[in-house]
Order: sequence, then C-alpha cells, then structure tokens
Amino acid sequence: MKLTKSSMLLLFTLLISSNSAFQSDELLADDEEFGLEGGRSPDIDLAVPSSPQIASRSYSSPQPTRKRSTDSESDSRVQFVLEHAFGDSSEFSAAGTFTARLKASAHGGQTLTKLRFSRNDLTATEKEKFKKVLETDDYYRIRLPSDVLNAPGRDYAISSLKARCLAKDGLDEHIHIHMEGVNILAVNYGSSGACQYPRQLKLPAKWSFSSHTVLKYSDLAPRTPIFSEDIGSNEIGDDEGIKPMVERSFWAKYWMYLVPLGLVVMNAVTQGMNMPEEQAGGQAGGQTQQAVGAVPRGQGAAVRRR
Amino acid sequence: MGSDGKKREGKTDQPSLEFSDPPPPFSLLIAMAMAIKLSLILLFFSSSLIPTFSLFEDQVGLMDWHQRYIGKVKHAVFHTQKAGWKRVVVSTEENVIASLDLRRGEIFWRHVLGANDVVDKIDIALGKYVITLSSEGSILRAWNLPDGQMVWESFLSGSMSSKALLTVPANLKVDLDSPIFVYSGACIHAISSIDGEYLWKKDFASEGSVDVHQLILPGGSDVVHAVGVTDSSQFDTYEIHVKNGGLLKHTSASFPGGIYGEILPISGDRFVVLDASRSVLVLITIENGQIHLEQTHISDLIHGSSGNTVILPSKLSGIFSLRTDNGIVFIKVTGEGKLNVMERVDKTVVISDALPHSEGEQAFALVQHGDGKIELSVRLVHDMSSNHLKETVKMDHERGFVHKIFINNYVRTDRSHGFRALIVMEDHSLLLLQQGEIVWTRDDGLASVIDVATSELPVEKIGVSVAKVEHSLFEWLKGHILKLKGTLMLATPDEVAAIQKIRLQSSEKSKMTRDHNGFRRLLILLTRAGKLYALHTGDGRIVWSTLLQSLRTTSQQCAGLKLHQWQVPHHHALDNNPSVLVVGRCGLSLSSPSALSIVDAYTGKELQNMGPVQHSTVQVISLPFRDSSEQQLHLLIDADKRAHLYPTTPEAANIFQRESENVYWYSVESEAGILRGYGVKKSHSSDTPPSEYCFETRNLWSVVFPSESEKIIATVTRKPNEVVHTQAKMIADEDVMYKYISKNMLFVATVSPKASGPIGSATPDESVLVVYLVDTVTGRILHRMTHLGSQGPVHAVLSENWVVYHYFNLRAHRYEMSVLEIYDQSRAENKDVLKLIVGKHNLTTPVSSYSRPEVTTKSQSYFFTHSVKAISVTSTAKGITSKHLLIGTIGDQVLALDKRFVDPRRSLNPTQAEKEEGLLPLTDALPIIPQSYVTHSFKVEGLRGIETVPAKLESTSLVFAYGVDLFYTRIAPSRTYDSLTEDFNYALLLLTILALVVAIFVTWVLSERKDLQDKWR
Repeated sequence: MKLTKSSMLLLFTLLISSNSAFQSDELLADDEEFGLEGGRSPDIDLAVPSSPQIASRSYSSPQPTRKRSTDSESDSRVQFVLEHAFGDSSEFSAAGTFTARLKASAHGGQTLTKLRFSRNDLTATEKEKFKKVLETDDYYRIRLPSDVLNAPGRDYAISSLKARCLAKDGLDEHIHIHMEGVNILAVNYGSSGACQYPRQLKLPAKWSFSSHTVLKYSDLAPRTPIFSEDIGSNEIGDDEGIKPMVERSFWAKYWMYLVPLGLVVMNAVTQGMNMPEEQAGGQAGGQTQQAVGAVPRGQGAAVRRR
Repeated sequence: MGSDGKKREGKTDQPSLEFSDPPPPFSLLIAMAMAIKLSLILLFFSSSLIPTFSLFEDQVGLMDWHQRYIGKVKHAVFHTQKAGWKRVVVSTEENVIASLDLRRGEIFWRHVLGANDVVDKIDIALGKYVITLSSEGSILRAWNLPDGQMVWESFLSGSMSSKALLTVPANLKVDLDSPIFVYSGACIHAISSIDGEYLWKKDFASEGSVDVHQLILPGGSDVVHAVGVTDSSQFDTYEIHVKNGGLLKHTSASFPGGIYGEILPISGDRFVVLDASRSVLVLITIENGQIHLEQTHISDLIHGSSGNTVILPSKLSGIFSLRTDNGIVFIKVTGEGKLNVMERVDKTVVISDALPHSEGEQAFALVQHGDGKIELSVRLVHDMSSNHLKETVKMDHERGFVHKIFINNYVRTDRSHGFRALIVMEDHSLLLLQQGEIVWTRDDGLASVIDVATSELPVEKIGVSVAKVEHSLFEWLKGHILKLKGTLMLATPDEVAAIQKIRLQSSEKSKMTRDHNGFRRLLILLTRAGKLYALHTGDGRIVWSTLLQSLRTTSQQCAGLKLHQWQVPHHHALDNNPSVLVVGRCGLSLSSPSALSIVDAYTGKELQNMGPVQHSTVQVISLPFRDSSEQQLHLLIDADKRAHLYPTTPEAANIFQRESENVYWYSVESEAGILRGYGVKKSHSSDTPPSEYCFETRNLWSVVFPSESEKIIATVTRKPNEVVHTQAKMIADEDVMYKYISKNMLFVATVSPKASGPIGSATPDESVLVVYLVDTVTGRILHRMTHLGSQGPVHAVLSENWVVYHYFNLRAHRYEMSVLEIYDQSRAENKDVLKLIVGKHNLTTPVSSYSRPEVTTKSQSYFFTHSVKAISVTSTAKGITSKHLLIGTIGDQVLALDKRFVDPRRSLNPTQAEKEEGLLPLTDALPIIPQSYVTHSFKVEGLRGIETVPAKLESTSLVFAYGVDLFYTRIAPSRTYDSLTEDFNYALLLLTILALVVAIFVTWVLSERKDLQDKWR
C-alpha cells in the first residue's frame, strides 16, 4: 500500500515538474475501470495510477508501450476524435483523440480495451471562447461518434456541461463513455464535485484539462432465484405477507361496547378504592358506628371485590 | 407481527386519531374520552392489527363503482321478431360484440375481443346464433343469441389478404344444412351455420388477382354471385353453386377507366360504381350471362358538382345515394337502366339501409340535423316523394352530429307499422328513438378514454337553512336507528334492504362540494371522440360533458391527445374555477397543426378555444411555474423542436424568461433509437423566432442506441406530482440509506430488434433486454443493466427511487418482474450523529444534476404468473403510507401487490432484525392473493390504464381504471389508520354512553338512598 502511495506521489511530482499542458490517464485492465469510477480519493482524481511509462510518454502521439502476449493479430488499433463546442454559436471542432485496441470478445463481438486519451492544447481563440462561455454561464459541449469503427456512425453522442462547473483550479473533466460493443451509446461529461445553480464565475488558474476517462459496459442483471418446490411452498406457507381473510375480531367489532364497559368497571374500582379510605377514617372515630352498620358493609364490599 | 407493514422506511405512521368529519355527538365522546384516551388508542391499535384488506360482501359499491360500455357502434342487427326479449346485437370499434335490451339499453351480454381481433361483420343466423367475422375475415364465430355463449368457432385460412364479406342467407337449405358464405383471404368459404363445419372453399387466387366486392345470393336460387374487380379495370362476376362450390359461370368486362371505391348492389343483377376520376357513374347490368356497362357523367345528372363524389354504402333497393360537395342526391335506377335524380338533401343527412317492410315494400330512414333537434324521417323506396313517418326529436348540443343510423320496424297496437331507429352520434353515444322520443341513451364515448385528469369540487357554501338541517338531522337519526336495528339483528328484511340502500346512496358521497377527506373529486376524461366528460367519484355519474369545439372547427379530423391541469386555484385566485387544457392534433402526421382549448372544470364551458393554432404539438411540458392568476405555464414543443409558451401573456413570458436557463426536456425518438435532451436557447439567436412566445431550442445531449442491437420499447418517468415523504430509508441494523430521488429520472427499456416481435419470434440467445436509468437534464446514464434471454413487452412504473418492470424471460418461459432501486451514496456519510450535530453534513446542500452522482443500485427479479396490461402505483397526499403496485392483469382486473414483495433487499433467510423491519423472506415468485384484487368481482374489460390520485386523507389513494369499462375505488394500502370506517355506528356509541351515564346516575342515586337508609338504621 505504502509503496503504491509513494509511487503515486512520485508520479504526481513527475507530472507537475514536467509542466505539461494536460495530463492523460489510461486504463490498462478492464477490472480497473470500475474501481476508478468509484474512487474519490484526491490522489486518484489527479492522476490515474498506472505505470510510469505512460505518464512519461509523449501526449501528442500515443504509442503502444508494451507488447502483450495476449495481443493477437486480430487486435487492431482504433482512433476516434473528441470534438467540442463553446456555447450555441460555435461549431464543433476537434479537441482530442481517443486511441484504443479492438479486442474480439467471447461471443463474437468486439470490444475496446486500453483506451487512451490525448487532449489537444487549447488555442488562444479557444481560450477566448471559453472565457466568453464562462462569462455567459453557457454550455461547453462535447461529442463522440456513435460508431467507433466507421465514424460518425448514425449520429453523435453529445454531452454538455455548464462551463462554470469545469472551471476549478484547473479544468477537471470526467468522461464516462458507455459502450455497447464498438458502439458508443452515450458519453457523460462532468466535473468532480458539486455544481449547483447559481454558479459563480471563476476563471481557471490553469488552462489545461486534467482528464479522467472511464469506459463503461452494461451490468448483467442478477438471475431470478429458482427454489425447489418444497422450499418455495414452505416460504410461502409461513409468509406473513399472505393475509388470509379473517373475520373482524371480537375487539374490532365490539370495542365500542367494551370501552364504556371498561369505563364502568374503572369507575366502580375507583369508587371501591375510595370507600375503604372513608371507612378507615370512620373506624378511628367511633366503634359503635362500626358495630352498627359499617362492618357488614365493609365486609360485603371486600367479599364482592374478591 | 401484523403491524410490521406499517413500520417501514423509518417512518412511524402512528395513527394520529384524526376523526374526520365528526358529527356533533362525537365531540361529546372526545370530551369523555380524555380519561380513557390511552386505552382507546390501544384498543384502536389492536383492532387495526388484524388484516382487513379485502372487502366484505356488503361493502361492495360503498366506495367503488363500475360502469360497463361497449364503444362506438359499427354494425347493428335487430332481433325483434318472435322473441320474448327485443334486442339488438351490435359490434363496435372497441371490438365488442354486445346484445342490448331494446327497451332499456342495458347490456344482456357482451364479449370484448382482443385489440387485434377487429370485428368485420356481424349477422344473425337461424334466428338463434349471432355470427361474427373478425380478424380480417379469418375467424368466424357463432354466439348463442339469448346468453352469448360461444357455439362454435372456425378459422378460415386464405391465400392472401383481402376484404372480408359475410352473407347469411335467410332461408337456404342445403342437405339439411344452412350454409353461411364468407369471402376472406381471396377465397369463398361455405360454412355450416349449425356447427361451423367447413362445407367447401373456392379459391380466387387462381383466377387472377380478383378483388371481390359483393357476395350476393339472389332469393330462391342456389347460386352465389360474386362480383369483383380485377386490377381495377375489369369487372368479373362469378356464379358458384352453393352445394359444392363449383364454378358455374364466369363473365368479365373490361373497363379501362378504373374504379373508385366499392361496387354497390342496386338489385340482384344491377350494380353501380364510380370510375377512377370520380366523375362518371358506371351502371353494371348482368343480363343473360353478359355484362353491360353503362356510363353516365355525374355532371349530366347533377349540375355544378365537383370531383369529391362518393357513393354512400347504404343499400337501398332500386335507388342509391351519392354524396357530392353540395349535398346528397338520391338516384333511382329504372327498369331500363336509366338514372333519374329523385331528390336532393343536405350534406349532413345520414341514411340507413333499406328495411323490408310490409307487402314487399322497402323503407329507409334519414336523419337531418337541426338546431338543437334532429329530424328523423322514414320513407318508402317506391314512394320517395312523401315521408312515411316524420319525427322531430330534441337533441342535446353536446352530442354533435348523427354518424350512423339503423332502423327496425314493429307492429303498433293499432296494427299499423311503426319504426324505431338506433342512432350513433358524433360523441359515440348510442340512442334509441321511437315515437319521437329518445327511449334510452348510452354514453359509449366513455369506452375510449384517452387521458384522465382530476379536479377538486367547489368549497361548500356556508349558511344552510334550518329546515334543511332539521330534515337532515331527522334523516340522520332515522338512518342510524335503522343501522342500530341492523346491528342488534332486530331489523326485518325490508329494513335490511333499506339500510343497504342508504349506505349505497348516501347523499354525502355524491354531493357536489369538497369534502374533508378529499374523496369527492371530479374525474375529467378526454375521449377519442373529442368529448370531455366530468364524472363524480362518489357515484360515477356524469356531471357535465362537452364536445370540444376546437376539435370540430376544421374539415380535418382532429383528435384529442392530452389533458393537462391549466389552473388549480388554491391561494390567490380562489374565485376562479379550476380549468384543464386539452391539446389536440388536426391531421394524422406529427407535424399537423394542433388545437388547444381550455375548459372550466366545474361547468364544462370552453373558456378559450385556440384551434387550430399555427404550430404542431409533439410534446406538452407542464412547467412548475404559475402566473398571478394561478395558471400553469406550459411549453408545447412542435415538430421543428421549437418551444411555444402558453399562456401567451407578457407576464408568463417574463416568468419564463427568468427561469428559461433551468428548463430542460428530452425527446424519445423510438424509430431512430435516440434520446435527446434540450434546453432553451438564449434569446440572442440569429434567426428570430416568429413571436415572443416561441423559443428556439438547442440539443444538449444525446444517447444513441446502436440500431443493430437495441430498440426502444418502453420509457417511463415519475409522476410529476408525486410526493416523497422521506429521503432516508432505515434498514435493519440501525443503518440509513439515502434514496436517490430525482424528478428527472427516465427509465428506458430496449430489446434487440429481433426480439421486438411477439413472444416466441426470437430465440433466447438472440433476445436481450437492457434497462437504463437516465438523468434527463444531463443525459447521464445512471445505471444500465442487461437481462439476457428476455424480451418485451415491458410495462414499468417509476416511483420515488425505484422502478418495477415486467417482461418475459425466454429461458425460464415465464413472465418476470424486476425491481431496481437506486440509492445516493454521496449522502451516506451523514450517518454520524456527531457530524449532524456539528453541522458537518451535506443534507442541506442543493442537489444539482451537474454534480457527479454517486449512486448504487440494488436489483432483484421474481417470477410473476400473469401477463400485464398496465402497472401503476398508489399515491398518497404526503407519501407516508406504504405503497402498493397496481397491476392490470390480462384478465382485466387490477391487482394490488404490496411493494414489500418487490424489495431488492429480500433474502432467503432474513435476520431477526430484518424480519422486524418487515422484510419478507425471498421467494422466487410473487404471490397473487385472490383477496387483493382491487376490482374484486368486476372486470374492467379492455383495460388500458390505471390512474391514482391522492386523497386528502393520508392513508387513502383514489384509483381509477379505464378501458372499455370504467372502475373507480379508493384503497388504503396500510388500511385506514387515520380515520374510522364509514360504517362506524356513531348513534350506537352515543346511545350506549347515554345509557351508561343514566345507569351511573341511577346507581349513584340508589346507593345514596341505601346509604341514607343504612344511616337511619
């Protein structure tokens, strides 16, 4: 763990010191893609952990750095262009290039792996445009071809973001590309962190994009559990959700009679409670009285209460 | 244990004893009850623990109603001769066959055929069977006339699709059989009417591509005549022997002009048809096996007529009717084949078929529409000059024009002949006219409800006369004494009936004023006929109905599309009545102009009639903004993706301009497989929009589904007015999960194109169902999941943070239901109490779609026995009550399924804590409990939708299911924990208390007296 952290730090310093216009990241293995997406720790957000080879490679012309043994001759490289536009008025223009390897998947289709992204530098006019978009709180729009192999395919997958969401210290962008085979379904463009209305105007300190790209494929739905008959019937049997139609209970039907009855009983009880006290007072007063009337009554009451 | 259902999601829905609408004596109880309140609550609790979900038999009709309809009548056959019950058998556009009582218009029996089983023709055979031909002539059925039981059914296979014709000969006997002749699938079939047995079949596909228009059986002969057209340029007649289907004779004559429309028979050997230019009438005469064609220019017959001529399909022997731009003309065909114009009538006149009358005479009826009345006249074919019968009937304006008429004759008490007419109106209602009066009416437009809205009723006026109070008090007392008798089982059967009647017709529930519990509402229904109905929820009666003028103004076919709340006054415009917006479209294409109208919900008056407006309407968006008169702002999106703002007032434009930056919407292009999101363009665009209420839009995002692997089959959003009570969900081990609640969530289901057909058309390997949760502001795909080997149709419901959807699993050969719940992870750290106290939580930060969501989803699937027509979910006023799914089953019933059954956290062996939380053990199938059918014994035939509206009482939700039938009820998913039941006997309670008070008083007096006596002793 420590080793990776320190290597990341190293990488971080490397990136800073190289004073590059932008950073690029790469996803090597498929299983890393999802790990990256959930990751929020700052060091991951800044740069994707990867081999130093990639960090140090030149941005403009990405080249295959390794030859894997699994790479068969059927693998081939594809390139597609990310285009961007500033606000409504501007047309789409090239902003960067994705390169990836085509890999034949098990069920005959093809998938993309090893996606790399290299962003072009913002030109002076683009910076001007970007500033204007920031001022008017307008959209920064990007698009990708829907078919990677024969671009643009049927249509472009478009995504847009309020430019003010992007402008933090640098220009921090997250590109999630939803793939289906070699088709790009959708591209989700966003920045890190919250970005709620009303957005404050803030010019970025550094006119460089730090890009984070993720390729996303569809999850498989969990399969419906199939139980053997006896378990199923058992489960259903003591399932409390199955509500048998029960006649309204005694309480439900007659509570209105029972409540007053309870009232009377309570009344009687409280009266009965009061009576002995009175008698107790009387007892101390005179014995003759007691001998005359109270004794049978008190006894009677006691018997009754029992 | 039984109360677990209520303790969900960390809510404590402790029954706050809100005694709704307490009659005066009850306040007395409350005063008394103070001392025993605790025990009372306990008692109430214990009484509510017992599950009383289903109804008791005597509770049917107390809070529900069911109305049966048939739809717009297409054909009608009378059955009045030699029958005890006079009846009429009808087939309708909703594919219903029904037998109606001619005296009262009630349904004797009714069958709703499926949506794909369109009824082509009906007739009566042998005087006891109703014969129906349906599904483009491929299914022939016989139904027993008295009780509607199916007697036999035959499937007719043809070689190619063609018209469907049915001929039922009156008195034809072939070897003890009475055959029926059917032309369908380019074949003539002869079928025994007794048992549906196949007698013979004559295939016309081998005879060249002939299109048979008429199948005639001249009386007395044993030859079937089939008259048809080949390549619309040649007339063909075939004579076919009835016994074996042998072709006796085939004659043909070519007609290069081509034909328009249908060949209409005039008599046994004469036919008339229009040529392709619609300017020449062709009279076809068959004489001695030869076809003679005779052409007559219409302009020679009728002066100044133009091209839009149509031969009306009314079969009148010897004459026919022709509709031109100027009116309808009756033309007589003389014996020599000459055409004589008999009479000219107005264009709006509707003509019936001819009816054999006494002594070989034929009579027909025509209806003329007047101002607030209709004129029905019956004429004899031989004597067109005078009316045999003329009646004027007052007619409601709101029924529109007459569309169809069917007549029937009867013998009057004075032995003369009388006529009755069944007429179908513009609003699809059915009326029987006899002796100049409307005998009965049926509002069958209600069988084709398109959209539903609800409206509150007016607030009750204060100040009621003393007499009324006295009267109602007396009535009230009487009713309760009756009830008391019933409870003490002293009531006679008559009184029991009276009690039941009082319960059913309690004046309370059908009052035209707002009630405390919010049970009384107006259901506003838009029907396909363009009529708006308001139904009272108390008893289902029609309060008002309006035929929308905005949908009638043009010659084009306008149809209503959507119903939206326009004005719901509750703060500062209380003097105004609420109103609804009806959006319609004039024409068939999406880019046709739209018609708008605003209708007062209390009176049904059209306040504003904006139709047809210039732009089209593809989508209507209710914005969450209101102007000063409480009018809801609406955006209408046209086919060119422009947004039009309504109401068109400067104030509304101001409000919208202010908020336009945060207005987003999306469109689903199902054919192209693209979802697009839009926002409003900033006003400074190059091409200025045509008006200040029209806004340019811009595409903000798009999701492009690959056309070779995915096809959109279902999209579902949350109900805009849904209320969510709590964002947090308490789970078993004192943990909290935060629901991801977004109004902008869209559920999309796609299948592989191969699997978009019916079940069985694709193998499990080919069919893949993918479900998506999409944020409609940013186009972000929040979740995406693939079901392998599954296919549609998908029915889904989205509520709070969950979706439940229903589909077919090809691998398991069963229908499945899946639940998908989405939770917000970014708020998960708020569990720490300390943090909450210090204020280091993000619960108060506003939510933005542009923030990066951190969501997790949970999903689970279950088998479900039924296929489903619609799914909905109950909605309550505050969203506290637990929810029930309302599933419209294939049997046209509505099943209530507790949401707890579709909880992705169910596991096989729940822990004790989970059990306490109310989590059910996992089962592979969802149970169908017979008692939980909301519709109990009723069927909502042709079920299309289920609408739920919250009542003001939190426990209760109003449910309205519509299809061919209408059904309304109210349900309480967690039972009515916040009110006493309606049949609660206040009088009995009062009497008991009174008796007790008296008893206490008496015993007190007695004991005092005894005390005194004792003291004197």
